[in-house]
Amino acid sequence: MSSLPNSQNVTRVTLPNGIVILVYEKFDAQSVVISGSLRVGSIFETPTQNGLASLTASALTRGGAKRDFNAINEALEDIGADVDLSGGINTTSFSGKALAEDLHVIVDVLADVVRNPTFPAAQVERLRGEVLTGLQYRSQDTRYRASRAFYEMLYPAEHPFHYSARGSVDSVAKLTVSELMEFHGKHYGPQGMIIVIVGAVKAADAIQIVRDRFEDWSNPAQPEPPTLPALAPITETKRTYVSLPGKTQSDLVLGLPGPSRFSPDYQAVSLVNSVLGQFGMMGRIGKSVREELGLAYYAYSQVEGGFGPGPWSVAAGVNPANVELALDRIREEISRLVNEPVSEEDLADNQAYYVGHLPLQLESNEGIAGALRNIETYQLGLDYLVNYRDTINSLTRTDLLNAAKHYLNPDTLVIGIAGPELR
Amino acid sequence: MSNVTKHVLKNGMVVLLKEVHSAPIISWWVLYRIGSRNERTGTTGVSHWVEHMMFKGTEQFPPGYLDKAIDRVGGSWNAQTFLDYTAYYETLPASEIDLALRLEADRMMNAQFDVEEVESERTVIISERQGAENSPMFWLGEEMQAAAFRVHGYHHEIIGDMTDLQTMTRDDLYGHYKAHYMPNNAIAVAVGDFDTPTMLARIEELYGSIPAGKAPELFARQEPEQMGERRVKVERPGTTSFVQVAYRVPGATDPDWFKLELVNSILCGPDGMGGGSIDNKTSRLYKALVDTELAASVDGGMTQTIDPFIYTITAVVRDGKSPDEVEAAILREVERLRDGDVTEAELNRVKKQARALFAYSTERVTMQAFWLAFTENFGSHDWFENYVANLEAVTLDDVKQAAAHYLRPQNRIVGAFIPTGSAPEDDMEDYE
Repeated sequence: MSSLPNSQNVTRVTLPNGIVILVYEKFDAQSVVISGSLRVGSIFETPTQNGLASLTASALTRGGAKRDFNAINEALEDIGADVDLSGGINTTSFSGKALAEDLHVIVDVLADVVRNPTFPAAQVERLRGEVLTGLQYRSQDTRYRASRAFYEMLYPAEHPFHYSARGSVDSVAKLTVSELMEFHGKHYGPQGMIIVIVGAVKAADAIQIVRDRFEDWSNPAQPEPPTLPALAPITETKRTYVSLPGKTQSDLVLGLPGPSRFSPDYQAVSLVNSVLGQFGMMGRIGKSVREELGLAYYAYSQVEGGFGPGPWSVAAGVNPANVELALDRIREEISRLVNEPVSEEDLADNQAYYVGHLPLQLESNEGIAGALRNIETYQLGLDYLVNYRDTINSLTRTDLLNAAKHYLNPDTLVIGIAGPELR
Repeated sequence: MSNVTKHVLKNGMVVLLKEVHSAPIISWWVLYRIGSRNERTGTTGVSHWVEHMMFKGTEQFPPGYLDKAIDRVGGSWNAQTFLDYTAYYETLPASEIDLALRLEADRMMNAQFDVEEVESERTVIISERQGAENSPMFWLGEEMQAAAFRVHGYHHEIIGDMTDLQTMTRDDLYGHYKAHYMPNNAIAVAVGDFDTPTMLARIEELYGSIPAGKAPELFARQEPEQMGERRVKVERPGTTSFVQVAYRVPGATDPDWFKLELVNSILCGPDGMGGGSIDNKTSRLYKALVDTELAASVDGGMTQTIDPFIYTITAVVRDGKSPDEVEAAILREVERLRDGDVTEAELNRVKKQARALFAYSTERVTMQAFWLAFTENFGSHDWFENYVANLEAVTLDDVKQAAAHYLRPQNRIVGAFIPTGSAPEDDMEDYE
């Protein structure tokens, strides 16, 4: 890797129908990956249809006009290739991998199922049963339940982030094939679609493969994403305990709404979050909760970013007897973060970490594809990676303090906990 | 194809080096030939706990120093304890690799095992086990291994039995460290952007002076032959049933291992090798279980082990179906294969899949270094480099013979996780 992906070595093409294609040639491995997204997700659902976007995305590969379910899977698995689609809140993402000479196969399957899915009734029923089994299993998963409780308190019922994109047992059970078809017909389209290809292929060839299969796609009715309702400020601590018999550990998720990836202070938040719960052994929280007290195997913080405002949260798994102690320690660390600037050393360490980590992140085709997809999704500019060092190193201790203060407050945390029955 | 060079230092440390210049990074692994298979009752989990203690600092690198030092240069580091080994790695920008070389040389001899740190880590490890216990599959997996191995050390989970985690002492841990961490019990691997003579010279400089220790006496007891089907059932609160069917199979250096790898691909789809996996919707068991709406998913896996282990098929029972129906469907497909119903076309297909998955696994230096260290431990790194060729050599008759021999009913362990009661309506309460 002689240089980072940048505006000179990434080929970016916008098709007349709005699809943006980015290609980065990398000939040192034998494979190629595709990664991207469509501008459709659960933000287009009503609460009673919760899970519709996700089920629609999962059902695409159950049959296309050109290939039925078996033919799709034979086309891919015969050559050791894979295509996966997943419906999220703001977007539906896709990814695929194949040996380089087989790129046309994965693009062809993707185009067929995204543009012309058939939603065979028997296949949709089968898929629904698999999804329901999965949701039932998750209903007993302490991490999942703590996280759901957290989101449901953090975002009000009229906000799409209140709901899991996967839906609930009740809502998924009621979705119909005609709802899936209607949802697809209305919301799937080329506007806002991003396709990133990285690997041992020539850019011109990769773009032609995509053009041949996507250039004539249109959907004049494709809607703009809805505006999200504003969030009322959270003014007091909210807390929910989900009791699950038979469990031996409690999982905690706590935090507050954070910035979107578009927010000007996103980088400052991300960096100060690294101080809080990432750098070294899970940052200050890891040091306090795991290293000093031995309370938890895992305890870290994360900023979701995204289209936002996603949460800025802390997660930990602790013995049920230690829940309050862990919460106290986490609150103390949050309090310190919003009251004291990080030290010069903390700032320098974390800046070095962010900048220094790029070569590892960008080693693989998947790593580069993910970076390019973020760059396009959040309009960061093709020279984002080249400028990254300067961007990170320009942040000051005050920027980080202001970022922490703006979003976090140890006295108004939203706390979801799931664990064994309390005695 | 291979440009791996193998060197043995005077103190017995095995060093494998492979230059890869596609990215300016290097992965450095040090693997010790000690894992949960060699643990005695009373100190199960000791290998894994020692692994944790290796992150607690030395005189040269005090606690917490390395976590920060590695991150500061943009690297990553971690460790893993497996049935047959304990391994440590750092993947760093090439210009920073000296830190990794120095720190592994240092902690090969100088880890401190401070009593307070041991106690603090006890609760972390218990928490790690309790986190795993929250998943029904952990309980079933633990019981399956215990049923498959009465004598051999593979009978317990790598993390160890809870009772041992509560009672093991600092001296148990330190004794284990001193008995097994030494150059003559280590395999070191570097893959990445370096010059071999320069790298080797630096390794000799840092590791060559570490004295060889007394060759470890490995606790290893051979498992007697299984004499008939064994069955286990785990009943706990939950909503979802799982079924596992496992068969006793040979270790990774046995030629039959490769035959069984393809048997698994035919039944359950191919195993990913760390570079990305593919779906298994064209596999026989997917068609027999998921297409028929008996199960929500199915997968299977062969494990590369020193001693004979188990080949395990796992199915998630679909809501409304019974574990018995799922088990019966699995066994029908296994019997069909044992009867020789398999074609050349199927075999060629799974070989092509294996070629692709192998190619994916070589795309990151960390995975390449892992495979070289891992395979050297149970035989030779040739195992990894010849993986595709060894699979290519498997014939249709080989597959039929291996299926008929190893997948016989007398050689299997059947297990089910049965959720007790209907999942009690869980409570949700708001307070504060």
